[in-house]
Amino acid sequence: MKALPRYREVWLLAAIVVLIGLISLRFPGFANPANLRQVFNDTSILTILALGQMVVILTRSIDLSMASNLCFTGMVVAMLNAAHPAIPIPLLIVIALLVGLVLGVINGLLVWRLNIPSIVVTLGTLTIYRGATFVISGGAWVNADQMSPEFIGLQRAAFLGIPVLSWIAILVVALFFLVMTRTALGRSIYAIGVNPTASVYAGIDVGRTKFIVFCISGMAAGLCGYLWISRYVIASVEVANGYELNIIAACVIGGISIAGGIGSVGGALLGALFLGIISNALPVINISPFWQMAISGSAIILAVVLNARGERRQGRIILKKAEAA
Amino acid sequence: MTDTPARRHIPNRLDKPLNAAIFSWEALLVAVAVAIFAVNSFASPYFLDAWSLSDLTFNFTEKALIALAMALLIISGEIDLSVAAIIALASTMMGMAVQAGAGTPVLVAIGIVVGLGCGAFNGLLVTRLGLPSIVVTIGTMSLFRGIAFIVLGDQAYKGYPPSFAFFGQGYVWWVVSFELTLLLVAAVVYWFLLHRTSFGRRVFAIGNNPVAAQFSGVRVGRIKFILFCLTGLMAGIASVLITSRLGSTRPSIAQGYELEVITMVVLGGVSILGGAGSILGVVLAAFIMGLVTFGLGLLNVPGIVMSIFIGLLLIIVIALPIVWRRVRRERFT
Repeated sequence: MKALPRYREVWLLAAIVVLIGLISLRFPGFANPANLRQVFNDTSILTILALGQMVVILTRSIDLSMASNLCFTGMVVAMLNAAHPAIPIPLLIVIALLVGLVLGVINGLLVWRLNIPSIVVTLGTLTIYRGATFVISGGAWVNADQMSPEFIGLQRAAFLGIPVLSWIAILVVALFFLVMTRTALGRSIYAIGVNPTASVYAGIDVGRTKFIVFCISGMAAGLCGYLWISRYVIASVEVANGYELNIIAACVIGGISIAGGIGSVGGALLGALFLGIISNALPVINISPFWQMAISGSAIILAVVLNARGERRQGRIILKKAEAA
Repeated sequence: MTDTPARRHIPNRLDKPLNAAIFSWEALLVAVAVAIFAVNSFASPYFLDAWSLSDLTFNFTEKALIALAMALLIISGEIDLSVAAIIALASTMMGMAVQAGAGTPVLVAIGIVVGLGCGAFNGLLVTRLGLPSIVVTIGTMSLFRGIAFIVLGDQAYKGYPPSFAFFGQGYVWWVVSFELTLLLVAAVVYWFLLHRTSFGRRVFAIGNNPVAAQFSGVRVGRIKFILFCLTGLMAGIASVLITSRLGSTRPSIAQGYELEVITMVVLGGVSILGGAGSILGVVLAAFIMGLVTFGLGLLNVPGIVMSIFIGLLLIIVIALPIVWRRVRRERFT
């Protein structure tokens, strides 16, 4: 029993393998490498977003504004590309990262400097950022024919047989893995989630670290703004509407505790893949896509029930020992 | 130990000095409401009309009904993100009943019972299994709306009986709609429940310190379960009203309402961390949000731009007292 929560990612991986096995019974082609590569590619954006959300949730905060940030940033780069096709795409990606960062900084400052609970701040900025998208675009769409071929083509180009989009996701996963396991920032993020008060005494600037995690989630959303628009080749106010909850769902399925302090890069990746596999599998095994919502809802509830066993706070255990003595 | 004053402020029922009442959250909300009302009547000649003002209330009555129960739930330290999905599921079930030839009383009963059932399901998961409500209700939100999508797909239910239309479209007296009357009655009931009964005191106690409440003999789990049921019930009632007002059911009905309801509650001065809040504040916040959206609507401002104002209003109203307190502290020290 004790080993179960500790190796949560292993169990999730096993669940994914079983899931792929079950799908293969109905549709044998599903498990072949080319298709799995396609599934990974389809899930790349969700993976990056889930990682950005993960660092926020680890510090006992939440970022509900990521999908709106993505929508706004996507619109900015799409309009820039439509108006000035000469701007090189790498520069546009940098712009996307910066715009996302600025929106993240706004969230972070409100949480850090004014001490407003993050759920309230990002609930507000969720509507503000999407509204701002309407203001800058005037409600108009940017269509595929207005985007330059490079803008659309970059993420589809293959490198070593794998699309650039997948490579970007792999890079981001590696980067997050390094930061979370090999840097002081990563340790501070976990420490704050486990015990904010003790973190202060350990010399961690809790407010500033929270500010940084919102910058990270903002940049992740900004990057995905470009990736999303160039993938679905339409920029509108409706882009990724309601997607913030999918991102959180991926984190929850990935075993990241909403109470903070528990979760890993591998978990977020697997959580996103789990949802990606379901949405890819439903059409091929002839289940109406309308089932997807109910299935992912059930998966979230099941995941949280299974994960709850490992989330007993250490403080509780000490208290019980003291009581027994 | 004995003479250290209690660190946590216990709200409500303590005699407030006059000056605290003037600078209270509710007073701030009244000021904001009056200001918006004044700006609106100045900006549009169509605003100050009995029927305009009556139409205005339809903007928020359904959400406000849910916000009343949500306020209690948030004060107790929990949250329910599935309310809009409950509306969709209850509405779908009513639609199915219509296809089977059900009459108005049966439809209303189905709406309310489905709402209550969904609320009880959330409550069981949270209180029996000890799960965090924010995650549980994100899950049930997908589940409930997902069921509506499975049943309906891209179809819609229509053909509600004419007598069913009264709940969302009928008027009790002159310009006073049934929805508004129901909201005012429910507000009084919830005000009494929260501020005048021992149940309400227990809700505050749980929100301030669930462990201490438990040790004081408060049945924390049972009260939280009741609050989830109440929230589900109000969502069921709201579902009846919306379905009746629109006269049709689509699985995307009431999409995004959960965030508006929570905005209303937080704007109303309920602490998102639990333990503080008032029904009066929530009702005022509901009117403010209605005034803002309707006023901007008269000025032909698109809905999505209005949402910027709602978002800004939320952050500014929360941030103002914090900044104000900080400025004052700096001046005196």
